[in-house]
Amino acid sequence: MSRLVSPGALRLLAAGILLGLCPAAAGETDNSCIDCHTSLADKRLREPAVASKEDVHFRRGLFCHSCHGGNPARGYIENVPALAHSPGDGWQGVPKAREIPDFCAGCHGDVEYMKKYNPNLRVDQLLEYRSSQHGKLLVQGDEKVAQCVSCHGVHGILQAADSRSPVHRSNIPGTCGHCHADPGYMRDYSISTDQLAEYTRSVHGKLLLEEGDAAAPACNDCHGNHGATPLGLTSIAYACGECHALNRDLFNQSPHKAAYEEMELGECITCHGHHDIEKTSDEMIGVGDESMCITCHEEDDAGYHAAKFMRAQLDSLVAIIEEAARLLHRAERGGVDVKAGKFDLQKPMSALIRARGAVHHFDPRKLAEIVHPGIAQARIVEEVGEAALHDLKMRRVGLAFSIPIILLVALGLYLKIRRLESSPRSR
Amino acid sequence: MKPQPRKSARFYPWLDERLGLSAILEVARHKQVPQHQHSIWYYLGGMTLFLYLVQVVTGILLLLYYRPTAEAAFESVEFIMSEVPFGWLVRSIHSWSANLMIFFLFVHMFSVFFMKGYRKPREITWISGALLLFLCLAFGFSGYLLPWNRLAFFATKVGTDILGEIPIIGGFLLEWSRGGQEVCGATLTRFFGIHVAILPMVAALALSIHLVMVQKHGMSVPISIERSGKPIAQMPFFPNFALRDAIGWTLTLGLLVLLASIFPWELGQKADPLASAPAGIRPEWFFLFSFQTLKYIPGKIWFINGELLGIAGFGLGALALILVPFLDRRAQRNQRGKLVGAIGVVVLIYMIVFTVLGFVAE
Amino acid sequence: MNTDSTSNAISDSTGKVSRRSFLDLFLGGGIATLAAAAVYPVLRFITPPKLPEAIQSSVVAAKVGELKPNSGKIFRFGKEPGILVLTVSGKYRAFAATCTHLDCTVQYRPDLKEIWCACHNGHYDLNGKNVSGPPPAPLESYEVTVQGENIIVSKV
Repeated sequence: MSRLVSPGALRLLAAGILLGLCPAAAGETDNSCIDCHTSLADKRLREPAVASKEDVHFRRGLFCHSCHGGNPARGYIENVPALAHSPGDGWQGVPKAREIPDFCAGCHGDVEYMKKYNPNLRVDQLLEYRSSQHGKLLVQGDEKVAQCVSCHGVHGILQAADSRSPVHRSNIPGTCGHCHADPGYMRDYSISTDQLAEYTRSVHGKLLLEEGDAAAPACNDCHGNHGATPLGLTSIAYACGECHALNRDLFNQSPHKAAYEEMELGECITCHGHHDIEKTSDEMIGVGDESMCITCHEEDDAGYHAAKFMRAQLDSLVAIIEEAARLLHRAERGGVDVKAGKFDLQKPMSALIRARGAVHHFDPRKLAEIVHPGIAQARIVEEVGEAALHDLKMRRVGLAFSIPIILLVALGLYLKIRRLESSPRSR
Repeated sequence: MKPQPRKSARFYPWLDERLGLSAILEVARHKQVPQHQHSIWYYLGGMTLFLYLVQVVTGILLLLYYRPTAEAAFESVEFIMSEVPFGWLVRSIHSWSANLMIFFLFVHMFSVFFMKGYRKPREITWISGALLLFLCLAFGFSGYLLPWNRLAFFATKVGTDILGEIPIIGGFLLEWSRGGQEVCGATLTRFFGIHVAILPMVAALALSIHLVMVQKHGMSVPISIERSGKPIAQMPFFPNFALRDAIGWTLTLGLLVLLASIFPWELGQKADPLASAPAGIRPEWFFLFSFQTLKYIPGKIWFINGELLGIAGFGLGALALILVPFLDRRAQRNQRGKLVGAIGVVVLIYMIVFTVLGFVAE
Repeated sequence: MNTDSTSNAISDSTGKVSRRSFLDLFLGGGIATLAAAAVYPVLRFITPPKLPEAIQSSVVAAKVGELKPNSGKIFRFGKEPGILVLTVSGKYRAFAATCTHLDCTVQYRPDLKEIWCACHNGHYDLNGKNVSGPPPAPLESYEVTVQGENIIVSKV
């Protein structure tokens, strides 16, 4: 993020202000950097100091001078603020964008040093970064690309687990999109800028950004963090397969694996897309207009028939489950208990879920092994539903039996009254 | 030797010697029902009584399986509806009959009111009848909660909230009716005790007084017919009127069976005290007119809380209902008068209109 | 002249039942049938049904000896499926068998010694905790009591 003012100008400005305006007394912290800078009028000099209070480094006792060098103590003791900036004390000032990765890696790449603070933290970020597209371009002199502070921030850095951090998982799409979704900024590069928009619409984006589901992938889960690269053809399948392992395994056993390799097609993304992955539906299988299969398969080739058959199997399972559920619902509405039926309906529903995954085998026979038992199980539920409806009918029969009896009794009473009152004695 | 009567024929004299049955039967044999252009309304009391008896029988049957705790009430009703043989029939009849009973009760009350059957010497009959009306409304309110479903839970909450608005005693009434501050399992148990023990006991008492008074004084005849001087035709109660009553009861039984089979009473979802109220909570139809009225009253009239005024109004209305025999001076003197009848018509129209509004208004 | 109300009494020498007592017979028969049609449901009603309890707060899931160590069994708990597992070390564990991902019914995998969902490869450990795959939450845990030869599973 090299939108900073050029470091040289900054040094000049700082010196001028320090010489003129900085108060010399000790403040709330024992850190003269913070005390001095937070009272400066210039926002650009004040804000880093203000933000630093929350900074993860600050909280571990690593203050301004830990990165910038210099000696804050001299700012108080000798009452000459400029001495805090003395190059003799290692004052480095503001690093250039090009220098930042090495600057940060000075500590973060030092195993022994980092062990003191958190043995679990990785120390190979610089190595990864150098391998990334960002890293390669930076070395060549392109200062527009991302380096450490572009994503992590510079003062007020928060840990990735902190939801306010720009590298917290729910914020990552926005952080990457800050550049990658800005067509103006990206005009010198030959990559598209619609990834963020596509991702936000996608099933992963909705899960992460709307539902807050931490299981959903953000940019870094597929592209990597520091070693961010566009994915190669084979690595795409591995990336998807990290979570979607079952589908990956099935696909690898399917005839598509060899075919895609030969045709140099991306494995998962050819049908599912990459940033704009939509919720799957049965429409994707088969030979209909919406299906993926007809993209490659021509009418009457083996794959065409297989697709048609598989779709037909899924459809028949869905149809019989829906019919069974409908029967149960009708019975329930009529007042008959259908608990047993609902229990049994879980089996064919499980079969349907497994079948939809098993599609990735692209083998109708293997699919049939799951679908046929599912259909049989759904048939059983249908029978339960029919029995419940039969119960309902029996109630109607009971009603048809009792109502005439009641009417006949009423009629008999009426005739009895007439008989009684037609005889003279009742007058 | 004189032939001995058969064993069965000796049974009646044995009972009679001990119970004094023949005296009762003598009275019954002489019971007459006046016949005139309005005597069709005489059947309504018996109809209400029949439906009450249906409630008692079906209620006792339901008692064999129902469980009055928040954890089990809903499930026990579900159990009755699904596992118990003919449970669906008993429960649906109980629910339908409750509504029919209250409907016929209102029609019976209004018919007696318009015929001024409350005038001397039938004041006690009227007062016991008014008491029976309130008891049946209490039966309806307490029974509605017992399945412990969502609608009933919130209807009870709203209803007891209104109780709580009554000045001075409101707080006590609310806590006493709910068995606590909130509607909870304690409320259910309490309503159950009220519904199956307290109310039946009081109702049995009120009903006995009511029926004995009816037997003692016979059916009242509208003032105009009484004063016309013409002899009033009479029909013997046994067997003529009784048989006609029986037709009505038989057909009502048929209606109940039909309703229970074609329109089984719903159970809905189990009450969840933590869930928010579903939209469109309303009380049962027989409370709807008062509920709707309270909705329309502005928040404040002058400096008095609007809802309080509404409740006071209904309280006064109930009191007026009980005291009708003493308020209608002309009727006391057996004089025809249009005022009380006209007020009754206005009240009836108001109740009908506001009940309809309660159903159709948003 | 016979003005008796019993003028329609049985008088026919052929013994044909008169209209009046036919009516009585008809009415009596109708009332008797109605009474029977009313009493029959009441009698059936008060006969306890097969499932005597309304709430299924516990159920006999299996008999002792039915399960071998390191195996599991699906049983019905009310209207939901449950899974009973006998671990290698001889302990009984029981859980709701509805996967917390998309409601498939889970199963016991003796090779993994875990509970597994076939639909999307979800894994649960023998405490019911979701340890791998898509399930977002653990399986509901049940209590297991051995009473005589019955293994009784009840809600906690």
